[in-house]
Amino acid sequence: MNNANSRRNFLKMAGLTAASAGVAASAGFLSSCNRIEAVEGDRIKLLTSSGELVEVDRASLTPAEIPSLTENQKRGRAGLPGRKWVMVIDLARCRNARKCMEACQTHHQLRPEQHHMNVLQMKDAENTSPYYMPKPCMHCDNPPCTKVCPVNATFKREDGIVLIDNERCIGCRFCIAACPYSARVFNWLEPRDSEKYVGVTYNIEANVPQKKGTISKCLFSADRLRDGKLPSCVSACPNSVYWFGDQNEDAVTNGTTGETVSFSNLIRDNAGYTLLEELGTKPRVYYLPPKGRAFPYQGEIHPS
Amino acid sequence: MIQKKSPEEARKSLDLIFHDLTRSLRVKDELSRFWLFILIMFCIVGVWAWGYQIKEGLGITGMRDYVSWGMYISNFVFFVAVSLIGLLISSIMHLLKIHWAQPISRVAEQVAIAAVGLAGLIIVMDMGRPDRFLNVFLHGRFASPIIWDVTVITTYLVISLLLFYLPLIPDLALMRDRLKGKIPEIQYKIYDILSLGYRGNAQQFKIIYHSLRTLMLLIIPVGLAIHTVTSWLFAATLRPGWDTTIFGPYFVAGAFVAGTAAVIQVMYVYRVRYKLKNYFNDEIFDRMGKTLVFVCLVYLYFNINEFLVPGYKMKTAEGIHLTELFTGKSAPIFWFTQIGGLVLPILLLLIRYFRKPFPLTFIALVTLVASWFKRYIIVVPTLEHPFLPVQNVPEHFVHYSPTNPEITITLFAFFAALLILTALAKLFPVITIWEYAEHQGIEKKIMFNEYEN
Repeated sequence: MNNANSRRNFLKMAGLTAASAGVAASAGFLSSCNRIEAVEGDRIKLLTSSGELVEVDRASLTPAEIPSLTENQKRGRAGLPGRKWVMVIDLARCRNARKCMEACQTHHQLRPEQHHMNVLQMKDAENTSPYYMPKPCMHCDNPPCTKVCPVNATFKREDGIVLIDNERCIGCRFCIAACPYSARVFNWLEPRDSEKYVGVTYNIEANVPQKKGTISKCLFSADRLRDGKLPSCVSACPNSVYWFGDQNEDAVTNGTTGETVSFSNLIRDNAGYTLLEELGTKPRVYYLPPKGRAFPYQGEIHPS
Repeated sequence: MIQKKSPEEARKSLDLIFHDLTRSLRVKDELSRFWLFILIMFCIVGVWAWGYQIKEGLGITGMRDYVSWGMYISNFVFFVAVSLIGLLISSIMHLLKIHWAQPISRVAEQVAIAAVGLAGLIIVMDMGRPDRFLNVFLHGRFASPIIWDVTVITTYLVISLLLFYLPLIPDLALMRDRLKGKIPEIQYKIYDILSLGYRGNAQQFKIIYHSLRTLMLLIIPVGLAIHTVTSWLFAATLRPGWDTTIFGPYFVAGAFVAGTAAVIQVMYVYRVRYKLKNYFNDEIFDRMGKTLVFVCLVYLYFNINEFLVPGYKMKTAEGIHLTELFTGKSAPIFWFTQIGGLVLPILLLLIRYFRKPFPLTFIALVTLVASWFKRYIIVVPTLEHPFLPVQNVPEHFVHYSPTNPEITITLFAFFAALLILTALAKLFPVITIWEYAEHQGIEKKIMFNEYEN
């Protein structure tokens, strides 16, 4: 994304879509008043969805159009019509920069030990080479987690995303037990900075604010997809690891270079595969093998 | 069958039986008060700990994102398992006309009610959002085994309560007839209301008899279902150690071991405490000892299948899990459950001496403790070994160790179950008086004669 573009986005975000873009924090008061008094030179701080703290003139603010909780939950369950989201992770390019993890934790207001996206250090067999493997939720087409949910709090959308409604979750953690990819996290204690987000309307597509006693996990940044942006992790990666796109269009875009290629060609030419495919979960996240790697494996950078 | 007694003899004998079997209602000494005090105190502490957990979140426990089910779920499975003894003794053995088991059917139902009631509560205590419990009914999704579990556990509780209550009605009528003025007015009122105007005539008895038969049949599929469905909470996942097809019968067999051991404990306490040596006699203990051997043998068979077959192959993920159990960190608990919970009772209880009340009770206690740890060993080690490596999280995410509040809440279930048992024993006879009397050759006519037309 070039500079001019991101600036326009930022302005749009600060001005219009405070809560729906996952902005909370100091923007929280927006939801509690309908009119904003325009006083020239009065500047306020805002937290953008990418986690930057910015200042903006109060005069340029207009009331945010926040969909009601019911509306938000309804469209969150429906998903984006005609889409079939898919992610491709190129293991040959990952050098454990962890920008994806940081962006993700900021976007979804996660504590440092909570990972929607976790970069794992893998070694498949004794004599094979180690490699880094970013691991989001696989958004399985045959999801074991949604099957076991007793209250339909986690569900599969038309566009392929497995989402969570933390206004409904009862915290039984059956989905954690059912997920073979350890993709789910639980809010065992008060979520990070929860005191800042009191009164902020829940946004199902980013699962923020997080709630104590409920589940969270990778959502492919469904709120950003609705705004026509790539997921946080994909955009944050400095090493062109991630490709993301719509399988119906057979096109995936690289989050770093912006290059768009054919999804099926990418998978076919590089022997793409899915994780633990023998379990029959049919993941929507594909991996390209760590072959011809762009960097040497650097060992245990982050212990444990 | 014992011969019918003459009316004189029968009346005398009934008086004695009634006196003995209502002793539990009368005992009000220092020890009773101390026992009640202890139970209530521990229950209060447990509820307080739960309040603390609700306020702070489940993070006060040792559970984290990988081992996300711990002691609570182990305890839940244990209590569901124990409750299954109601099905075995008061239904199956009754229907098969196994007469020696009749005096313990009420004990079995007491245990079943206490255990299944507490199991329901434990699962709520394990929830991250107990305040949203009603969502289970508002948004219930029938594809989830949890919904099946909620359904069958409630059904089992209701049938168990009825199986406890229906045979109690004639006893309540007896107490109403014989205890007026001898017990507090309020207690008398309770018996009077609960006896539903039972007068011992043939038609009334027929209604009770037929309802009982129906319930005894009904509880068989429901009872099997509660523990089968509970096993599916694990077997419905893809995890090594849980992903097996024999979990249903494996759990049911294990449940009978835990339940038999639990009933032996309660029998022994009643025998000593309420001076019921002639009722819970050596023969019943002997036969319960044999029953325990039998159910242990069945369970051993399932254990061999469950561990030896995958242990022979050592598939990657399964192999890591099994190595952990056989020789790893979980080995001490694993071998304790196998030896203390299976080998020991099977071998020792083949010897007649060990089936005497005290040795049997002691051995059964070891088996019961091993049964609890068996559930722990089913739940926790599997979660400690997911398919993908556990990385980038603090050390306490990797290994599970329960915290003090967590242990307090777990113990709460035991104290609350004992409190329920104590309350039931203090309010109602621990053996069905009329059934026992009838078995001694006393006709119903004698029991209720003064009130018959």
